[in-house]
Amino acid sequence: MEPILSRNFNVKDAWTLPVAESRGAYQTARKVLTSMKPEDVTAAVVASNLRGLGGAGFPTGKKWQFLPKDSPKPVYLVVNADEGEPGTFKDRYILERDPHQLIEGILISAFAIKSRKAYVYVRGEYAEPYRRLQSALDEAAAKNYLGKNIFGTGFNLEIVAHRGAGAYICGEETALLNSLEGGKGYPRLKPPFPAVVGLFGCPTIINNVETLACVPPILKNGAGWFAGLGSPGNGGTRLFSVSGHVKKPGVYELPMGTPLREIIYAHAGGLRGGRALKAVIPGGISAKILTANEIDVKMDYDSLKAAGTMLGSAGVIVMDDTASIVKALYYAAKFFAHESCGQCSPCREGTGWAYKIVRRIYRGEGSLKDLDTLLALAKNMEGRTICVFADAAAWPIQSYITKFRKEFEEHINNKHEARISKFETISKF
Amino acid sequence: MANITIDGKPYAVKDGITVIQAIDEAKIDLPRYCYHPGLSIAGNCRICQVEVEKLPRSVIACNTRVAEGMVIHTKSPKARESQQAVLEFLLANHPLDCPVCDQAGECKLQDYYMEVGLYDPKFDDRKVKKTKKAFPIGPTIMLDQERCILCSRCVRFGDEITRTHDFGIFNRGDRSEIDVCPGKELDNKYSGNVADICPVGALTDRDFRFKMRVWYLGSQKSVCPGCSRGCNIEIHYEKSRPYHLKKERVMRLKPRENQAVNRWWICDAGRYGYKSIDHGRLVEGPLVGAQMNRAGTRPAPTWTSVLENLAGIFKKADPAAWAVFASPRHTNEELYLVKRIFLDHLKWGQVAFHAPGQEGDEDDFLIRKDKNPNSTGASRILRLGKPDEDITPILEKARRGGLEGLLVFGHDLAGIAGPQTLETVRQKVKTLVFEGPNDNPTAAVADIVLPAASYAEKEGTFTNFEGRVQRIRKAFEPVSGSLATWDWLLNLSGLLGMSLKHRGPEDIFEALAGENEFFKGLNYKKIGDQGCLLNS
Repeated sequence: MEPILSRNFNVKDAWTLPVAESRGAYQTARKVLTSMKPEDVTAAVVASNLRGLGGAGFPTGKKWQFLPKDSPKPVYLVVNADEGEPGTFKDRYILERDPHQLIEGILISAFAIKSRKAYVYVRGEYAEPYRRLQSALDEAAAKNYLGKNIFGTGFNLEIVAHRGAGAYICGEETALLNSLEGGKGYPRLKPPFPAVVGLFGCPTIINNVETLACVPPILKNGAGWFAGLGSPGNGGTRLFSVSGHVKKPGVYELPMGTPLREIIYAHAGGLRGGRALKAVIPGGISAKILTANEIDVKMDYDSLKAAGTMLGSAGVIVMDDTASIVKALYYAAKFFAHESCGQCSPCREGTGWAYKIVRRIYRGEGSLKDLDTLLALAKNMEGRTICVFADAAAWPIQSYITKFRKEFEEHINNKHEARISKFETISKF
Repeated sequence: MANITIDGKPYAVKDGITVIQAIDEAKIDLPRYCYHPGLSIAGNCRICQVEVEKLPRSVIACNTRVAEGMVIHTKSPKARESQQAVLEFLLANHPLDCPVCDQAGECKLQDYYMEVGLYDPKFDDRKVKKTKKAFPIGPTIMLDQERCILCSRCVRFGDEITRTHDFGIFNRGDRSEIDVCPGKELDNKYSGNVADICPVGALTDRDFRFKMRVWYLGSQKSVCPGCSRGCNIEIHYEKSRPYHLKKERVMRLKPRENQAVNRWWICDAGRYGYKSIDHGRLVEGPLVGAQMNRAGTRPAPTWTSVLENLAGIFKKADPAAWAVFASPRHTNEELYLVKRIFLDHLKWGQVAFHAPGQEGDEDDFLIRKDKNPNSTGASRILRLGKPDEDITPILEKARRGGLEGLLVFGHDLAGIAGPQTLETVRQKVKTLVFEGPNDNPTAAVADIVLPAASYAEKEGTFTNFEGRVQRIRKAFEPVSGSLATWDWLLNLSGLLGMSLKHRGPEDIFEALAGENEFFKGLNYKKIGDQGCLLNS
């Protein structure tokens, strides 16, 4: 397969403008801005079946169409580059290795939604990607790919790169807006949705980095071509971040719907040392875990949903038979307890509470009753909050315990990791 | 209009309102913490979840709009389960220190636990410790971070109502803490309201703290006499344990909702202005030859003898040589009796009520600069809408020796015109009569002192600055030796040979409404709990 998103990843200095231009950067944008109408661009994106690649999988073109037609307020385009989902590192590759593809995507998309100002909210820890992006923005502005009267069309666009301060929740789009506005990273109550009341109270479209990077190829090669790459309703290719106990961890660009088994064994080289597969998390830490027998599933939104989990950010975390599911849940629970914004009571109290119980179990101080308490907590957290963070925190608990209950019970009965955990610092956050 | 069903009963409600508004209109109980009708919707406590048929999961009532044909269940197993789950989360890290918590008895955690909780607690771990417990965050409010359920009502109150931005929620997850912003104190003119809206014991009123358990409190609806706004209040008083607090009866004032006047709020000056009801009162009964009497050299005369004495003086008085300083702190009923007796019957022309230079602070929210609750009533009743003359010309006349007698209702002449003037008036006026609930320098030098009941000890009505007539009600009996002004004025009228046959304030008001065009058609029933506007 011809790489689309990752075609410049291994080209030396592709993040600099001269190299990017030699690879065709901004050609599509020039064609679009000079010859197309915004409505046609949106129509092409709709037809391409491009879906939000940040994790939720909402059809991108449909999202753009939610913008009010007659609002007197300015429209903002916000790029979600707050890639924080554990197990996910695809946006970082785009920001670091091919930022001009993203900028071109922003340019075309801003033209489509008639936005004159775009913000890129970059994860705080992404220092180098941010520097690469900023330098690419400067280069593009110097060549008038950004700024006033782009390509002589009268279209103006300013792009601001903004660094987050290190909160996972700011990847949630409305928390991101609050953070961008200078407020606390609390997700907003919906409705109203950002397309109507978003950044600074104005209509706002929030798209993921990878999503926008798909836009130039769609306009270049046609919506039908893009839609044809994936499985029905799931257009295009996808950057899979494969990590864990595989021989070749990394980012793999593959068509939507590639079977999980193929990703692990054909592309990532199989498990290290030829060990047996134990479990896979298919879509970042929030996704429900799959056991070794469940990996014959196509990696697209609809197939994974049918399999009881989700594609999410396509962060594939592979665990072999040396992995402890108890420990995995311990780290997941700790992560969610640490990152809950604390706004809604079920999530604020539930994540902390669940972490305390899992920690107890992990240290060999748990009881069998704790497993049922955890499941009850997860059930009570799920679907009861402003954003899906609580759901994301509940799903690992539910899936790890239901699918690996035996291992938990053994751990509790044998208390065999108790002595290890004595030396583990339990951080007090 | 949208036709909806709540708990099996049909309701027609306005389009576009939220489900919780519809539920409140239907007077159905539904737990809520973060929702307050006077504040923006936060949707963070998650306890107001209801089941809406055809929706996959329960939704929060505060941020869901009604739609035609919506079928809502507030008490179905699904709804109750959601509410119970949220409550269990809220109580997980709550210290459960009810025995030493001042909120106990009016705490929504307690209330809802009894309504929707009653679960077997699952929490078996250490609770999160927070730093500030019993921590004063300003002159009026005490903070307890552990009890806080982070509903953000106080944050929104500071952001939206007072716009002083006092509070913030700091840190995140279960380490979240409510606090005043760094370097700030909660010190604004409406700070006490945060204790009212705090549904738990996190923000308590330093003035009321530990004075009395709330279940020992009696409650009476009234109106704040602190300024001409006339904020609706409840007087919370001790009703059964007089030994408890050295005969103090009023424990606190709470605002009472009235959308036309004060919405849900009250200023701090009003809230803490109740002290004069139990302190500094004239309590020994009427005094004659005040100074000597106070030294205890003479037995106190009875009301009957004093009133007979007064009636005798008034009957013989030259109408041109006597004047009355009526009080804009008196009720409409009392002012009406003043008019009937002194203007109509005794034909004294010199009756004024407005004391100049007594204005206080004012803002664009509730606080009015006229610190009297009934200036409008006084003006409409004594002057019938004619421009108000203040008391200055009469006082000047008294100072120059032009008056033989002066009847002062409540005013302190030293405060109005200075101690020098009071001294001169005292020397020039032969008979100085003072009437009022509290002691002041004028009372100290008066020949006859009549102790009056305070506003908490009598029935009546005040007319606020915009002409809204509102009822005050008697919470308890007048302190011993004092009488409600209307009460002794009625007695006096009898002694003066008038035939006023009123049985009490309601009767007096009826007579007032019968003869005064502004009050025409009004009565206590119409005024009700929320007041009624005067005829313009």
